[in-house]
Amino acid sequence: MTKAPQVLTEFFWLEQLHRIEAYVARGGYAALKKALAEMTAEQVHDEVKKAALRGRGGAGFPAGVKWGFIPKGTDKPKYLCVNADEGEPGTFKDKYILSHDPHLLIEGIVLASYAVGIHSAYVYIRGEYETIARRLEQAIDEARGAGFLGRNILGSGFDLEIVVHRGAGAYICGEETALLESLEGKRGNPRLKPPFPAVVGLFQCPTVINNVETLANVPGIIRNGAGWFLELGLPKDGGTRIFGVSGAVAKPGIYELPSGTSLREIIFTHAGGMKDGRKLKAVIPGGMSSPILKADEIDVRMDVDSVAAAGSMLGSGGIIVIADGTPILQVLRKVAEFYAHESCGQCTPCRLGTSWIRKTVERMAAGRGQAGDVDALIRLAANIQGRTLCPLGDAAAMPVTAIARKFRAELEGGLATAGARP
Amino acid sequence: MIAAFSPELVSKIEALAGRYPAKAAALLPVLHLVQSERGHVSAEDERAVAGLLGMPPIKVREVMTFYTMFRRSSVGRYHIQVCTNLSCSLAGGEALAAYLEAKLGVKLGGTTPDGRFTLTGVECLGACETAPCLMVNFDYYGNLDAARVDELLGSLT
Repeated sequence: MTKAPQVLTEFFWLEQLHRIEAYVARGGYAALKKALAEMTAEQVHDEVKKAALRGRGGAGFPAGVKWGFIPKGTDKPKYLCVNADEGEPGTFKDKYILSHDPHLLIEGIVLASYAVGIHSAYVYIRGEYETIARRLEQAIDEARGAGFLGRNILGSGFDLEIVVHRGAGAYICGEETALLESLEGKRGNPRLKPPFPAVVGLFQCPTVINNVETLANVPGIIRNGAGWFLELGLPKDGGTRIFGVSGAVAKPGIYELPSGTSLREIIFTHAGGMKDGRKLKAVIPGGMSSPILKADEIDVRMDVDSVAAAGSMLGSGGIIVIADGTPILQVLRKVAEFYAHESCGQCTPCRLGTSWIRKTVERMAAGRGQAGDVDALIRLAANIQGRTLCPLGDAAAMPVTAIARKFRAELEGGLATAGARP
Repeated sequence: MIAAFSPELVSKIEALAGRYPAKAAALLPVLHLVQSERGHVSAEDERAVAGLLGMPPIKVREVMTFYTMFRRSSVGRYHIQVCTNLSCSLAGGEALAAYLEAKLGVKLGGTTPDGRFTLTGVECLGACETAPCLMVNFDYYGNLDAARVDELLGSLT
């Protein structure tokens, strides 16, 4: 194993990194100074496009392409929404950027806003991160005081304000159109697309929505160039990834590694291998909604395209490791309970389907499973997938289908055992 | 109804509303503020907020009932939210919740008779690397076992 380049987390060990003095001392805001002094907005945008920066929130869409969807020459205000609503079970990476290095995010926000011509940005942060939200607000105040935010930033004539907006405990608000509704003071019910947020977004205006980690990569790209970023990762998926590893590993935590690092290496080399010498049973590679991989399917490269080719999803990079001895029904029950709880209720297939899946799984867990339950689960999931306004339906269906298909024998064995009970 | 709020609270609400091009957008931050000052958001508070933000009260009720963090009645002095989602479950999160129920003598969702603790089961808190974890008000505690929970509860007077 070569030492992995850590470009986002390199300075996380610095205790006062969240203060502007420490951030500037380690080279912070150099990219912003360079961009405002030497680069046009188009040049900043082009550099990010060339860097093949894929979204770190879950969908993996190229950020530079997304920025390009904003209509040119519109007379409406444009907005940037930062998705810091980290709620996908197994995901906790953005918390580290927000709490350890808030100025890195702020610098990324200013650069993105400059590239797209945005003067107002909102950070939608999950409600439970209250302490972190306060730290971010303190960092925003520091940045404004130092001339990196506010009116006429560094004398360039470019203006930007950032507002921190706390959510209130609804997983669905991590979905981008639900996030917009929530930011407007409404229930987080996703919108019908099209129109896409780039055209009709926040307050009916063109809006860019990017994940925290995505934006945190922008200062490095501007400072060191797209070529540097591409070399860190892959030609179509540049840079590093902050993987969050939890579950049955010896060293749960965040690991920043190049895009394309193998899942086996992440678990067995970086995260210290299995906890207490247990054997690997399965891995959820990219947050709870990503289809499960069996122990013999983990020789997969962790980049957007490779994980998709393996039938799962890189998602948020939240890796949940499951050991032998954990009943698969326990995993299935957690998945079923979560999505039934978090379905916003707007689309019937999702509202009813997640609820029927939960009821079926709870019945199986209570020892009252019936022959045909596993097929019923696959059928219920198929009736949700692709039939809803937003990706929560798919997120609820995909893991159920994968668990039911890959662990059918165990699930049906459990039914037999349950049926044999007096 | 606006008279229900102190002038200080009203001016804080107006400052929040000023951060958005449309006042209604301040609804979530305003409800967080009212809840932190009053312990919960009553029906009367909802109407007052609606008046200040220029929306029908039903719009406030819709939001109050959609988001799990907003409360229509008060909780104990220490609100313990224990995660029972997957990563915590794999590390004994459900056993932890059961231990807390037994220790506090309340079921999930309950408040102790002395008003000291409310215990709630919640979905993923975003701290899976410290599973099993819980929150006390807005503070996170992780890597918990029975001994650490006893110590934590003892410190919350």
